[in-house]
Amino acid sequence: MALLEVKDLTIRFGGLTAVDNFELILESNELVGLIGPNGAGKTTIFNLLTGVYAPTEGSIHVDGVNTKNKKPNQIVMLGSSRTFQNIRLFKDMSVIDNIKVAYHNQMTYNLLSSIVKNKKFRREEQEAVDVAVELLKVFGLEQFQNELAKNLPYGKQRKLEIARALATNPKILLLDEPAAGMNPQETEELMETIKLVKERFKVSVLLIEHDMKLVMGICERIIVVDYGKIIAKGSPKEIRKDKAVIKAYLGE
Amino acid sequence: MDIDLLIRQLINSLNTGSIYALVAIGYTMVYGIIRLINFAHGEIMMFGAYFAFVIATSLPVELPFFLIVIISMGLAALMGIFSEKIAYKKLRTAPRISALITAIGMSLFLQNFAQLLFGATPKVMPRFITAAPIMIGNTAVSMVTVYTIFMSIIIMVLLTLFVKKTKAGKAMRAVSQDKDAALLMGININRIISLTFAIGSALGALGGIFYSVAYSQVYPTLGVMPGLKAFIAAVFGGIGNIGGAVLGGYTIGFIETMTKGYISSKWADAIVFSVLILVLLFKPSGILGKNVKEKV
Amino acid sequence: MGLSKLFGTVLPHKAYKKLSISTVFINLAFVTIIFLVLNTLINTGILNRYYSTIIVLVLVAIVMSASLNIATGFLGQLVLGHAGFMAIGAYTAALIGIALYPVITDGFLFLSRNLLIFLISASGAALTASIAGLLVGTPALRLRGDYLGIMTLGFGEIVRIILTNVEFTGGAQGLKAIPRIMTFPIAFWTTATIVLVIYLFMFSRHGRAILSIREDEIASESVGINITKYKIMGFVLASMFGGIGGAIFAFQGGFLAPVSFGFIKSVEIFVIVVLGGMGSISGAIVAAIFLTFLPELLRDFDQYRLLLYSMMLILTMLFRPQGMMGTKEFDTPRYLRALKRFFLRKKKTDDLLKGSDQ
Repeated sequence: MALLEVKDLTIRFGGLTAVDNFELILESNELVGLIGPNGAGKTTIFNLLTGVYAPTEGSIHVDGVNTKNKKPNQIVMLGSSRTFQNIRLFKDMSVIDNIKVAYHNQMTYNLLSSIVKNKKFRREEQEAVDVAVELLKVFGLEQFQNELAKNLPYGKQRKLEIARALATNPKILLLDEPAAGMNPQETEELMETIKLVKERFKVSVLLIEHDMKLVMGICERIIVVDYGKIIAKGSPKEIRKDKAVIKAYLGE
Repeated sequence: MDIDLLIRQLINSLNTGSIYALVAIGYTMVYGIIRLINFAHGEIMMFGAYFAFVIATSLPVELPFFLIVIISMGLAALMGIFSEKIAYKKLRTAPRISALITAIGMSLFLQNFAQLLFGATPKVMPRFITAAPIMIGNTAVSMVTVYTIFMSIIIMVLLTLFVKKTKAGKAMRAVSQDKDAALLMGININRIISLTFAIGSALGALGGIFYSVAYSQVYPTLGVMPGLKAFIAAVFGGIGNIGGAVLGGYTIGFIETMTKGYISSKWADAIVFSVLILVLLFKPSGILGKNVKEKV
Repeated sequence: MGLSKLFGTVLPHKAYKKLSISTVFINLAFVTIIFLVLNTLINTGILNRYYSTIIVLVLVAIVMSASLNIATGFLGQLVLGHAGFMAIGAYTAALIGIALYPVITDGFLFLSRNLLIFLISASGAALTASIAGLLVGTPALRLRGDYLGIMTLGFGEIVRIILTNVEFTGGAQGLKAIPRIMTFPIAFWTTATIVLVIYLFMFSRHGRAILSIREDEIASESVGINITKYKIMGFVLASMFGGIGGAIFAFQGGFLAPVSFGFIKSVEIFVIVVLGGMGSISGAIVAAIFLTFLPELLRDFDQYRLLLYSMMLILTMLFRPQGMMGTKEFDTPRYLRALKRFFLRKKKTDDLLKGSDQ
């Protein structure tokens, strides 16, 4: 069974159809790009996949489970985790605490344990710290662990957000323009990190970008949307030659 | 059913409703423009009443009521402008909770400042309007009530015309839609905000004067309860919406008066607060308000 | 578990700033010393009844502000009706206390009579206040920011009006003849326990979940936090501890009146939290001590008290919106270390100076 299965996904805001019959099948350990011009509905698709919006029509299955009527936090527990286009970190918490919050559901100790600080509490908290530090190392952030998240430079905040998403132990990672605001060199570095993350954590990645060139290099498959509709899908090579895509990006 | 009593209650609710509507407009205008619940608005209302009291009792010449009202409204407008400049201006870009806390602070400050100036004991408000009451059926309606209702309605019509038709009114609406865009269109935002505070405060002062004349008392905490209820009225109608404030003002006035008249005066306030909670829970954007969702 | 397996066993990390057992003990020792000093001063009569009363009122203020801090400082929700929960706790405890006082005439095991009555009544207070917290908190989840503030304000006023108008609470005249069983040790250790519990709670996954909601609800949900559950938990904990604060208050004065629990009371508690620093328990404690003592010392200037409060509130927001402590906590071991460093350095300099003298 596919890890993520999306059928006939449609959402209308009033008279506007923001996403129209979107379809997607994501197998395990795939890296798929979702591209399209500004305002094409990419982020809306993410919001539907993560349960922020409820679709008007269509269905989403994460790891075989229908996400209908599920809240965002329940969908996370099914194994899909995301980042945001406009970084949403826990700004006034330390870098390591940002990760530990996301590790919440990997721990099981109850309220009473947090007061008496029993063995289970200590074991799980230690484990959380270990995991967090290792995750930070992957992104080269370990020396900033006690900084407040808001004090990190922009590029590192983006990385921290990905690390935080990984701490929920996802099967699918949804990245919303992870390279936005980065210079070409940083972008390239980040793309390498994403590839590495995909291999190391055995996750499937769905990546939004509106800059086509960036995703061409790393994605195995690309889906192009415009005005909420899929206008093309295929390998980077096919997409590069697709007439509809060229039209959408360059205009008539 | 006692018809006379009903007429009496209806007139009372129009009277109370007019006052709430006047005060509610101030809350709603300020909220519309800087997204701040101006907690101190009730205190501006109270100061309006004190201004009228001081002018009427301490000046050697006896001024006509109309003039007293105008001067008091002007003073209250200045007070509103200053309070914004001192306490809120710096916080325009701060988190909304900071500005709200400041407004609570401003409210307490003005209240205690009034207590320091005028003492805690209520002062007797002059009656101002001494003309004989008019009769509606068997019910005598005092001229104060007649003035309150009619002046409020006239002012509300004028305000609507001002906001809809004049350049300043249009600028005001533009600022409430989008401050940055309004700035780019060459609108002086500081001036518009000052103007909003001035108008809101002046109307609040008018409400305060009518309120204190109706109860023939003026005291430092005068603005607290009517202020809260006017705020509830603004929320009820949809905060940020002038028409909503008027609708809310009369509705809350009606609910309160009818509860007092037919159920129990002890529970009237509790019922008004319950209405507030119910409105907040089931239609937080108010009857005429728009729902705004956070963008992800 | 998946992730930790993936990484295998990692050595404990040095930079792990954990709430170690020794930290807890040092802080506890510090608190005990304060207790012993104050208790001796009260028992020997150096601090007379007037002062011991104020000290208990300070403790009440600490409980109230520490509890409000859960909802406002940590969860980030504006609550302007905390006095409502305090009132519910105070009246519940008082009514239970009045009923129990003639029945329980002796202590039980190691519990004295006063402590026994207090424990039972305070449990009742915690229960009713947390039920109220649940009732207010659940629907309030749909509201945000200033709207929530207004709703809780409405709740506080409704509680006050009900207390004024029903018979069994003594109505507007107030509830009289509450046994005055509050002693300094009971008040002190109740307060210390509550503060400790809140502190420990905040250093757990549950506490972090609550903090993350304050920071960004949407992000919090996106990493799997059940924000509904944690918002309600925050509300219920805040109201429960607030109720216990009310219980201490009830048995201290022996008399309760609805007017003591109006909007102004809610604002006073709120001011303490804001001045101390929203999100800092120790900040709230310092502010509670300061703001309760100050007006008592300035008794003659009572009319300026609220004027001062309000000006402090405005000035804080304008010039130091994070409050005294921001979100930081007071940490005795850290200060001890700093003190040690300071003295060591001083000694070194002294030695050097001596050396240069010779």
